Amino acid sequence: MSGGGEHGTQTVPHEPVFVGEKRAELDRLFSLYPTKQACLLPALWMVQQTRGWISESAIAEVAEVLGLTPAYVKGVVTFYTMYHTHPVGRHFIQVCTTTPCNICGAEDVVKALLRETGCGELGATSPDGRFTVIEVECLGACGFTTPILVDDDFIESVTPEKVAGIVKRYP
Amino acid sequence: MGYPHPSHPKETLVLSRHFGEPEARSFDGWVKRGGYEGLRKALGMSREEIVEQVKASGLRGRGGAGFPTGLKWSFMPKEAVKPHYLICNADESEPGTFKDREIMRWTPHGLIEGCAIAAYAIGAERCYIYIRGEFTDPWQIMSAAVEEAYARGALGDNVFGSGKRIEMVLHRGAGAYICGEETAMMNSLEGKRGNPRIKPPFPAVSGVFGMPTTINNVETLAAVPHILVRGAEWHKSLCLGDPKSTGTKLISICGHVQRPGNYEVTMGTPLKEILYDMAGGPPPGRTIKAVIPGGSSVPIMTRAEAEEALFDYEGIVAKGSMLGSAGMIVMDDQTDMVYQIWRLARFYAHESCAQCTQCREGTAWTTRVLERLLSGKGKEEDFQLLLDLSDNMTGKTICVLSDSCAAPVVSGIQKFREEFEAYIQGAREPAMAAV
Repeated sequence: MSGGGEHGTQTVPHEPVFVGEKRAELDRLFSLYPTKQACLLPALWMVQQTRGWISESAIAEVAEVLGLTPAYVKGVVTFYTMYHTHPVGRHFIQVCTTTPCNICGAEDVVKALLRETGCGELGATSPDGRFTVIEVECLGACGFTTPILVDDDFIESVTPEKVAGIVKRYP
Repeated sequence: MGYPHPSHPKETLVLSRHFGEPEARSFDGWVKRGGYEGLRKALGMSREEIVEQVKASGLRGRGGAGFPTGLKWSFMPKEAVKPHYLICNADESEPGTFKDREIMRWTPHGLIEGCAIAAYAIGAERCYIYIRGEFTDPWQIMSAAVEEAYARGALGDNVFGSGKRIEMVLHRGAGAYICGEETAMMNSLEGKRGNPRIKPPFPAVSGVFGMPTTINNVETLAAVPHILVRGAEWHKSLCLGDPKSTGTKLISICGHVQRPGNYEVTMGTPLKEILYDMAGGPPPGRTIKAVIPGGSSVPIMTRAEAEEALFDYEGIVAKGSMLGSAGMIVMDDQTDMVYQIWRLARFYAHESCAQCTQCREGTAWTTRVLERLLSGKGKEEDFQLLLDLSDNMTGKTICVLSDSCAAPVVSGIQKFREEFEAYIQGAREPAMAAV
């Protein structure tokens, strides 16, 4: 695997993800689907959970283990909003601002998050590398406005007042 | 992870009876509550008998379309020459809807049981449960429950000693509203971009992996064990309105009500009771201005329309909207309708898979025209422009995403035109900077 061709800042050679335990986990996944291609979304999740984001070289590795082309895999990666194609902060915060949350004050929660995390703007990573905040469409918890996802923690009923306390929990 | 409100006396608790009881999440806790009786009963019946019973119950798809469930199952080939698949659609993403999430969080075994019965009824040995990527809690709870169901013989090579094989695989989505559309979900499951497919072929003929497939919503499948245990007649008797709408329906209510949350009602319950008695009506001093009754993809109702409607498939249609997923968004008199319709349009523009021109361009242009209006630069001609765009987005694409964008725009202009006029005529301060 070559580590070249990164569009980001990563220049170190690519450490393969699918070795040892991860390889065994992937092999187990193969037995659950009639095609290897069907394991693409789960494999991409494995990469993101291991590396934090999905680099060009990781895309090449996934393509190789699944018998696909890197271009094809990239097309799939970029279709789905939850895959990161560039590095993000140590904690990734997703805030719902779709209509039901919007009418209950979600935009104020966004402002509080951008302020308390030091991110300043949506999509940017805070200078200390701790946080990235993005707005997302409906998180499916509209009765408990405003829901946010901090990494894999789904937090309901967030108000601007609660934001500082939540941010503190993620060093 | 709390359950936000106690049940209301006017509710009919079937699917939600054990919401809020952590013990119901375990296999033993579920069995103690009568769980897995439906599956045991089903295993003693023929495939046809199960399909007939579900047909007779009048159960219709709870994901949005309202298609009769038994009839859908009957489209599957009688002999499983090729592998058959069941997909459980747990990609709940329709704005305003959060019921499937609660089913998975509180009664995971109820869903597993429903999936197992359906899989057997359609001749499938494998069921994929496609859970949206953001649902981290439901994923963990469902994972644990599936593992336990295998260990306790409710899934696997020999389900409850019947010799029948039923496997269940959880599949995680990765952020795409469109994957809730059944053919997009099949593509996504195959490891592709989630673009909807042209029908025909219909999934029962050529679905996921090119094999006969049935896709049902979480709530639909969770209702099935109750029908097996209590019978089709019982289910049919749960009806206060049109006889074509039977059973109970989970309603997610959000927005400007005092007690948002999920309520389970008998089909045909007056919508007014749901809005005011169960959800507590609008905040003090406010009045309801608009209700979107079935998730964001259905036409907006005025307060008068909503207050007169019966809550079932036919009752909501009679008042100019659709029951959809029963994700109900309530907006009070302080709501800026133009701004919220723009926010909906932005949602659809963001979620368009961009396959069809009418949708890719239409959702984006609708959003931009509404932004122009909101920035105080709107013109009278914009009404016709928005309606023309909406007309081009209705009934002309592979799936109904663009129709869903048009629905709130068209109904919004029809019912709240004066709010648009206020922006055009400068009677209202711009809500955003010029774009």
